[in-house]
Amino acid sequence: MTSSEQAELIVFIILAPLAVVTALGMVLTRNAVYSALLLVVNFFCLAGFYVLLEAQFVAAVQVIVYAGAIMVLFLFVLMLLGIGNEVVVKEQMRGQRPAAVLLALGLLVAIVGALAAGVFDAEPASLAAANEGGNVEAIGRILFTRYTFAFETAGILLVVAAVGALVLGKRQP
Amino acid sequence: MTGTVWDIFILLVKVVGVFAALMVTVLLTIWLERRIVAFMQTRVGPNRVGPFGVLQTLADGIKLFFKEDVRPSNADKLLYGVAPVIMMIPAFLAFSVIPFGFAFGSERAQLADLNVGLLFVLAMGSLQVYGIVLAGWASGSNYPLLGAVRSSAQMISYEIAQGLSLVGVFMTAGTLSAAGIVAAQQGDPLLGFIPRWYVIFQFPLFLVFLLSGIAETNRAPFDLPEAESELVGGYHTEYSGVKFALFFLAEYLNIVTVSAVATTAFLGGPDGPAPDFLPWLWPILWFAAKVFFFIFIFIWLRATLPRLRFDRLMDFGWKVLIPVALAWVAVTAVVLVVDVNLPRPVLLGAIGVLLALLLLSFLLPSSDKEKADRTAPGGSTP
Repeated sequence: MTSSEQAELIVFIILAPLAVVTALGMVLTRNAVYSALLLVVNFFCLAGFYVLLEAQFVAAVQVIVYAGAIMVLFLFVLMLLGIGNEVVVKEQMRGQRPAAVLLALGLLVAIVGALAAGVFDAEPASLAAANEGGNVEAIGRILFTRYTFAFETAGILLVVAAVGALVLGKRQP
Repeated sequence: MTGTVWDIFILLVKVVGVFAALMVTVLLTIWLERRIVAFMQTRVGPNRVGPFGVLQTLADGIKLFFKEDVRPSNADKLLYGVAPVIMMIPAFLAFSVIPFGFAFGSERAQLADLNVGLLFVLAMGSLQVYGIVLAGWASGSNYPLLGAVRSSAQMISYEIAQGLSLVGVFMTAGTLSAAGIVAAQQGDPLLGFIPRWYVIFQFPLFLVFLLSGIAETNRAPFDLPEAESELVGGYHTEYSGVKFALFFLAEYLNIVTVSAVATTAFLGGPDGPAPDFLPWLWPILWFAAKVFFFIFIFIWLRATLPRLRFDRLMDFGWKVLIPVALAWVAVTAVVLVVDVNLPRPVLLGAIGVLLALLLLSFLLPSSDKEKADRTAPGGSTP
């Protein structure tokens, strides 16, 4: 094991339990603000994993977009609504619980099945080849050549969502 | 293994050195601000502790550390204590990717040259808002909460303009790395005297970055999150003693960091004429001089301009800065791709000055007609 692999392992051993604990805490805590903050810590763990996988750009974007913008808006809304400490736990949708259990079981079966079928046994493509010419450059190149259509579609989707939200917000009663 | 231990030692020396330099810069900045503002208001300013009162900030810091730590009974115990720390950490971390010189022998004068470089600074900037939001919420009081709500809206809005203003720099430099951007700005001067700094080729983005930087650091005239005439003290109303000192420190650290990023991205970082005598020292001096130039602008603006109204502030961010930045990014893209006879920097510079004039025209006093409309509500038309 080289020293860089060792360092990678140490960071993973620190991050992985933290990610699991914060994820559980986010679901289990009753306080909405604490729940949101635990999710933010979880995002940081995720960013750490991206760095370990040598995807620095995705890690930075993860922090800027999810931790820096989306979760701040969540907190903003929580504060504006004045949700203090205890959130009233009430089932909003009927049949949500059985559906959730069913879907979770389905995901478990899919993951176990994939593991059993040996999907992850294949030799991964070389990281050096994927990151050729720099991580940011590689992502830019692939985003604007092979995946242009998906990229532009996602952009249009976001614009439509923003315009829709504006229209809903501005509608006169 | 000795190599590894030596590397770690060097890294530690660099980290402690940068930390100490940042703290000293903050102390100097606070003192400079008080002296310069005093000078502009024909007052004396602090002049008792140390020569010219330089050590006044140190004395104030010691005072704050020994004050009683008061916590409001409504406050959220954990988050009330954590918020100032959350505010501080990103402020320090952001500086780790800034190159403050060229080299000491074989060592680079930079803590880490990340591939994503300035993107990391933006990420750290986007985390700052947590400190303010949590401080406001955890205080369990209305004025801090209002300050925090204002602040999160302001910071998220201006983050977009700030990010966009760096896009043009990334495009021209062809890299996100801070050291790469500095390297891209070196080279023979244009026409013999104009340096190849991006403040010339990316002038509109320079203005956008500076303005959004002031808004991001909550400085006057964009200091609405702590507007004392409306909100007592904004998000840190309930804080005192050492926790308030941390907020204060973070605010000035942010000023230093924004100045350093502006220096790196637009003023060529440590670039400047260097004599052969002590070649490692000159770049650091140039860097420090440029950073203090920006710090002076921050102080100057604070002493000069009144605070904006909140809706004006949001309008300015969304309707002026973001469109200008977007338009300039498009112009840069076209200029970089199109084949022209003129040298590209000259073309970019010329268009830049035009756009900058357009941007500045928003700051001019409004025309007489608009004034008349504003003074006569209801508009009594003849």
